[in-house]
Amino acid sequence: MSVLVVVECDKGEVKKSSLEVATYGAQLAAQLGTSATAVAVGEASDASLAKLGEQGITKVLYDKEPRLKDFVNNAYTKLIATAAQQEDAKVIVLANSNIGAAVGSRLSIRLQASLATNVVELPKTEGGQFTVKRGAFSGKAFSDVVLNGERKIIAVKKNSIEAQHEAGKTAEVVAFAAQLSDADFADAPKQVVMQDQAGGILLPEAALVVSGGRGMKGPENWNLIEDLAKALGAATACSKPVSDVDWRPHHEHVGQTGITVSPNLYIACGISGAIQHLAGVNSSKVIVVINKDPEAPFFKAADYGIVGDVFDVLPKLTAAVKELG
Amino acid sequence: MKFLVCISNVPDTTTKITFTPDNKEFNKAGVQFVINPWDEYALTRAIELKEANVGSTVTVLNVGEADTEPNIRKALAIGADDAIRVNAAPKDAFFVAEQIAAIAKEGSYDVILMGKESIDYNGFQVHGMVGELLGIPTVAPAMKLDMSGNTATLEREIEGGKEIVQVATPFVASCQQPMCEPRIPNMRGIMTARTKPLKVVPATGDAPRTEVKEFALPPKKQGVKLIDAANAGDLIKLLRNEAKVI
Ligand SMILES: Cc1cc2nc3c(=O)[nH]c(=O)nc-3n(C[C@H](O)[C@H](O)[C@H](O)COP(=O)(O)OP(=O)(O)OC[C@H]3O[C@@H](n4cnc5c(N)ncnc54)[C@H](O)[C@@H]3O)c2cc1C
Ligand SMILES: Cc1cc2nc3c(=O)[nH]c(=O)nc-3n(C[C@H](O)[C@H](O)[C@H](O)COP(=O)(O)OP(=O)(O)OC[C@H]3O[C@@H](n4cnc5c(N)ncnc54)[C@H](O)[C@@H]3O)c2cc1C
Repeated sequence: MSVLVVVECDKGEVKKSSLEVATYGAQLAAQLGTSATAVAVGEASDASLAKLGEQGITKVLYDKEPRLKDFVNNAYTKLIATAAQQEDAKVIVLANSNIGAAVGSRLSIRLQASLATNVVELPKTEGGQFTVKRGAFSGKAFSDVVLNGERKIIAVKKNSIEAQHEAGKTAEVVAFAAQLSDADFADAPKQVVMQDQAGGILLPEAALVVSGGRGMKGPENWNLIEDLAKALGAATACSKPVSDVDWRPHHEHVGQTGITVSPNLYIACGISGAIQHLAGVNSSKVIVVINKDPEAPFFKAADYGIVGDVFDVLPKLTAAVKELG
Repeated sequence: MKFLVCISNVPDTTTKITFTPDNKEFNKAGVQFVINPWDEYALTRAIELKEANVGSTVTVLNVGEADTEPNIRKALAIGADDAIRVNAAPKDAFFVAEQIAAIAKEGSYDVILMGKESIDYNGFQVHGMVGELLGIPTVAPAMKLDMSGNTATLEREIEGGKEIVQVATPFVASCQQPMCEPRIPNMRGIMTARTKPLKVVPATGDAPRTEVKEFALPPKKQGVKLIDAANAGDLIKLLRNEAKVI
C-alpha cells in the first residue's frame, strides 16, 4: 500500500500546485506509515522530477511517451490507473486543477474510489475513518466529508498547503511504460494555444495577485495594475464586468462564476466587493482594498485598506515596492 | 441530434450561507434557488444548436426532490422541449452521476451538456464521472462548442491556455463562459412551459461513496487596518514586515 501523487509538469518544470500536492502526499504517507510515489504527466525533465525528493517523494514514475506532453484525458487516466495498480495505491492525490479534476473524476469510477475535490487540509484518519475538509459554497463555507471507499482520491485546492523544500533530498526517477495504444489518444487535442501570461505567472497558481475593477475606468489604465504586479512578481486579475466588456481577457475574471484564487496576497483596486466577487477571493490569506468610497463593502473583507483614488495610490505603491528591492 | 442538459438547483449567488444548529445541513430557510449559473451556458448553447439543426431536441434533467420543479420549468420556458426529474435527494456526486448516466443511456442522447461546476458543493466532477460511466469522452471545462454533423469542435480551458478538441457523438461537455449569452425566459416561453412534459422517475444505482459530516463557516476577519492615502507606501512596509507576504 502506498500514496500515489500525480504531478503535472510544464516546459520541463513541476508546476507549483504539484509541489504542493507532492508535499501533501508525502505528509499523508507519513501519517499513514507508508511512502509516497509520484507519477509525472506533461513535459518533465529527469532533473526536476528527482528534485521532488525535497517534498518528501521517494520514487517518481515517468512514461516518456511523447504524446503525453499535452493533456489527453483518456491516456492520462489509464496511465495513472496503471500506476495506482502497480503501486497498490490506496490514496491518490492530485491538484484541483482542470487536469486533476478531469482525470480524478474518471479514475474514481474506474477504480471505484471515493473522490473529494477542493480539499484544503490533511485528512483526519483516527479510528479507521477518513475525513477530509473541503471548500464548499464557492468559498463561503467548508465541509468535513467522510470518504467511505477502500480507495480514495483527493484533489488538493491550490495554495492551501505550503510546499516543503528539504534541500539535498532526491527522488529516484523510474522509467514507466503504461502500454498506451493509439485508441487511448483518440481524444488528443488538435491544437494547444497558450496565452501570454503577464510576467509568465499563472493566475490560478499565483501567490500574489493584483486585481482591477470598474473603478480603473478603462483598459488604457491597466498599465497601473501591470506595473505594480510586475514590481511584486504578481499575476493580474479583474472583476466580471471588466472582462464582460473586454477590457481584460476572460481568463482573468475571478469570482463565483470565474476563477477562484487563494493567494497569499490579493490587492483589489477599484472593485466594490460584491458577494459574487468575494466568493472567488475570500480564501486569500491577506486582502488589500484600494477604493475611493469608504463605504465600499470590500473593506469589510479586507485586512488592509486605503481609502483613495487608484490613479494616485497605485503609482505610489509601485514606487514603494521598487524602493524595497 | 438529441441534447441532454443537466441542471443543478443551487442557492442564488447573493445567498448568505448558514447551516442548521447542528451544522449538519445547509439552512434553506428564506433562500432563493436558481439554475446553477454555469448550467445556463449549457442550456442556452443546446437550444442554439437545436435551432441550427432541424429535428433536434433538448431535454433537461435534474436529480432532486419536488422543490426543484420551478427551476426545471424555467429551463423549459427558456426553450428546452421536455424534462426529466429523478426523484431523489442528490446524496453525492457519484450518486448524481449514476442517475445521469442511466438516463443518458436509456434515452440514447448524442450530446450531454452540464455546467463546469455546481456553486453549492463545487464538485467539478459529475461530468468526468458520467463520461467514464458511459465510456465516452468528456470535455471539461469547455469555452466553445460547435457541431458539424456528428462531430463537435470544442475549446477546452487548461491552466494558462486552451486546447482545441474534436470529438464524435456521443460525448459529455461541461460549459462555461464565453460559450454563449445565457437566455432568460420570455412571456411566450413561460406560457408554453406549463404544458411541456416533465417526467418524474425513481432513482437507481449504488450507495453514495462520500458523506458530509459537518459544515463550517470560514473564520471571521479581524477588521481592516486603514493606511492614509498620502502615505500609501507604508502599506508595502506593512505587507513585508507585519503580514510577511511579500
Ligand atoms: C449570477 C452572478 C454572478 C456573478 N459573478 C461574478 C464574479 O464571478 N465575479 C465578479 O467580479 N462579479 C460577479 N458578478 C457581478 C457582481 O455582482 C458585481 O456587479 C461586480 O463584481 C462589480 O464589479 P466592480 O467591483 O468592478 O464594479 P463596481 O461595482 O462598479 O465597483 C467599482 C468600484 O470602484 C470604486 N472606484 C471608482 N473610481 C475609483 C477610483 N478612481 N479610485 C478608487 N476606487 C474607485 C467605486 O467606489 C466602486 O466601489 C456576478 C453577478 C451575478 C448576478
Ligand atoms: C438537501 C440537499 C443535500 C445535499 N447534500 C449533499 C451532500 O451531503 N454531499 C454532496 O456531495 N452533495 C449533496 N447535495 C447534492 C449537490 O447539490 C449536488 O447535486 C451533487 O453533490 C453534485 O454536486 P457537485 O458539486 O459534485 O457537482 P459538479 O460536479 O460541480 O457539477 C457539475 C455539473 O453537473 C450537473 N449536476 C450536478 N448536480 C446535479 C443534479 N443534482 N442534477 C442534475 N445535474 C446535476 C450540473 O450540470 C453541474 O453544473 C445535496 C443536495 C441537496 C438538495
